[in-house]
Amino acid sequence: MAEKKPTTSRKRSSGTSRSSGTSRTSGPSRSSRSTKSADAKSGEKTSTAKSMTGETVHFTRDEDVYAYREMLLVRRFEEKAGQLYGMGLIGGFCHLYIGQEAVVVGMQMALKEGDQIITGYRDHGHMIACGMESKGVMAELTGRRSGYSKGKGGSMHMFSVDKNFYGGHGIVGAQVPLGTGLAFANKYRENGSVSITYFGDGAANQGQVYESFNMAKLWSLPVVYVIENNKYGMGTSVERASSTTNLSHRGASFEIPGEQVDGMEVHAVRAAGERAIAHAREGKGPYILEMLTYRYRGHSMSDPAKYRTRDEVNKMRTERDPIEHLRSRLIEEHKMSEDEVKKIDKEVRDIINEAAEFAQSDPEPDPSELWTDVVR
Amino acid sequence: MPTEILMPALSPTMEEGKLAKWVKKEGDSVAAGDVIAEIETDKATMEVEAVDEGTLGKILVDEGTEGVKVNSPIALLLEEGEDESALDKAASSQVKEDDSNASEPPADDGKDEAPKAADEAPKVPAAPASGPGPAEKTWTQDDPEIPEGTKMVSVTVREALRDAMAEEMRRDGDVYVMGEEVAEYQGAYKITQGLLDEFGARRVVDTPITEHGFTGLGVGAGFAGLKPIVEFMTFNFAMQAIDQIINSAAKTHYMSGGLIGCSIVFRGPNGAAARVAAQHSQDYASWYAHVPGLRVIQPYSAADAKGLLKAAIRDPNPVVFLENEILYGHTFEIPDVDDFVVPIGKAKIERKGSDVTIVSFGIGMTYAMQAADELAKMGIEAEVVNLRTIRPMDIETVVESVKKTNRCVTVEEGWPVCSIGSEISARMMEMAFDHLDAPVLRVTGKDVPMPYAANLEKLALPTVAEVIEAVKAVTYTA
Repeated sequence: MAEKKPTTSRKRSSGTSRSSGTSRTSGPSRSSRSTKSADAKSGEKTSTAKSMTGETVHFTRDEDVYAYREMLLVRRFEEKAGQLYGMGLIGGFCHLYIGQEAVVVGMQMALKEGDQIITGYRDHGHMIACGMESKGVMAELTGRRSGYSKGKGGSMHMFSVDKNFYGGHGIVGAQVPLGTGLAFANKYRENGSVSITYFGDGAANQGQVYESFNMAKLWSLPVVYVIENNKYGMGTSVERASSTTNLSHRGASFEIPGEQVDGMEVHAVRAAGERAIAHAREGKGPYILEMLTYRYRGHSMSDPAKYRTRDEVNKMRTERDPIEHLRSRLIEEHKMSEDEVKKIDKEVRDIINEAAEFAQSDPEPDPSELWTDVVR
Repeated sequence: MPTEILMPALSPTMEEGKLAKWVKKEGDSVAAGDVIAEIETDKATMEVEAVDEGTLGKILVDEGTEGVKVNSPIALLLEEGEDESALDKAASSQVKEDDSNASEPPADDGKDEAPKAADEAPKVPAAPASGPGPAEKTWTQDDPEIPEGTKMVSVTVREALRDAMAEEMRRDGDVYVMGEEVAEYQGAYKITQGLLDEFGARRVVDTPITEHGFTGLGVGAGFAGLKPIVEFMTFNFAMQAIDQIINSAAKTHYMSGGLIGCSIVFRGPNGAAARVAAQHSQDYASWYAHVPGLRVIQPYSAADAKGLLKAAIRDPNPVVFLENEILYGHTFEIPDVDDFVVPIGKAKIERKGSDVTIVSFGIGMTYAMQAADELAKMGIEAEVVNLRTIRPMDIETVVESVKKTNRCVTVEEGWPVCSIGSEISARMMEMAFDHLDAPVLRVTGKDVPMPYAANLEKLALPTVAEVIEAVKAVTYTA
């Protein structure tokens, strides 16, 4: 099986997600800070980008390669999941993350080991980005025994204690108090960790979000709320659903700082993520990042997406695609050859193909599993 | 005539209180609105104001007196122009009023003009038949669950719950309690009294009024390994949070293939209190009992409350712990042992009998036990099974009892449709059909929202008479 690039040296053992779980915790920290300092010593070239706040963000070549590879891994994973769904191998709901990859990858580069991640039902990207194995995730999608939840959770319900990934929640907005509770536990234990709590523009109108904002600020909990604004809550545009459309201001009445971030630009995401996480880690309480992003596919596999034009989607794909953008940066600024980039593409494709094969050959759960894990 | 100042009811369930302090002395003049005394209820210490003006003629109940019944006279107020001679006359009528029923409406000025049977001997006020009073003996020293020779102590359900939390918080630093008014207010129903002092604000957390949010927050903290006790001021308010209880707390362990779960207790008063009407009087036993992944407990006695709450806090699963406001003030004997834990999922035979099995839980047990006493006088020996845990239900104990008695009646305050009684009835069909000599009968609350009017409220709840009637029907002695 293809190993990932050296800067992350994340072990991708061939075993199932569960059995290999503990071995994957020992990898080096994925903190961008450690990567950056290491790279600075080696005097590598950096690329730059402007964030929405006008600041300049530097990425080393290794960081750009890492981000490219991770985003591509998410995209190829989702494309494959879409294929398998079409073949009837994945059932039920399947919400694809295609288009939004820069958000999870940038945030992942900003956090450090021990920080928790929790999200809603569009969760495949988050799992891949935080280091959960494609095989285990894909096998869960096909409802097989080596899936992260032994086939009992499905697309929306996967977890990893090793990677501090707390799901995978199917009720819109429910993860927001849950993520706030993770932050509560961090503060209770004074462990210095931050909870990264993702939700969408649709969930941003749920009452429990504001109940959580209030408590998070009241108790200065270390939580970063990442609102992935992909412009549509299912089929309803933000404009048709929200009285105020700048969702970064939604914490204003609680005095929670917030900012809008170009969620199609991984550099900007990481920079904003570092600011927000530092704020939370320093004990200053919650922070809101509104990621302006876009999903190319429908809300779920059965969504014909009639609420927007094909032109709108195509325009985003051609002009704002986070992966294409980084690909040209690798070639133009880091002077990588087409072959070098294609090599990455192939590695990623191999991982995903292997995951897809595994997810089809892995057996379904034993019938006895019906009765396990109800209580402990 | 001097006006009698009566012991006021200061909460829906208050039956008696302590006259903590007199603010006014005999001879003081009072105006309407003046604070005259401080009264300690089972929930709080409250100031009592005068509603009439006059002179405080005589104090009838000394400060520091406990167990002063609601509606009993505590002082006499002299109206303008009256002098102390009026007090003597009042005192003689006072004696006659002492044995009046506490549930009578507050007396008015003219009541002494229609004296009751003059030949009735004056009586010292007795403790009421129900409610706070002598300890109910549900545990005896020869109970197989406790070591031989164990000393018994009398505690209220309220104290038992607090002690259970305090003991578990001392034992495990990951246990904390959160909810509305649990800390500085000392608990809306005083269940968390004293916990803030001992454990501090880090572990006794006052939340905003935000059930959906703090329940989810608690579950998240549980996912991260803490062991929250989430207090709902009442379970009626937990309906705002039921998504987090069921979808997040109960199902995550299964959905994650056993990877992540939460050790969390959701507790608070459940069911009807008194005169609080439809939105505040609902029994959620069968709602939560329906859900795999949850444990559901409804304690009756102080021993149930203490032993099962400790077990609930230690249990690695989400536990719904349904208390009852009316039972909070009831006193029971409990074994005086260091670490008294009652296993979850084990029913208790509270009374042995051979003629009929009465199955109940929580406050339903009060009807069941009283009915059993009455039935004994009629020569019918009822075996009373206290389920204690609703899920997982100890149905085997019920089956074993029914094999002996061949008859079964269930008692609960909740609604009849899809009730716990319905479940027991079905299980008896499946597991004890050949042992039944009569259909299983259910005594439940009536199938209506709880009415406010006192008479209708009584009608809506089950009664001892209904239990007796059901038992007579299944024993064919009607």
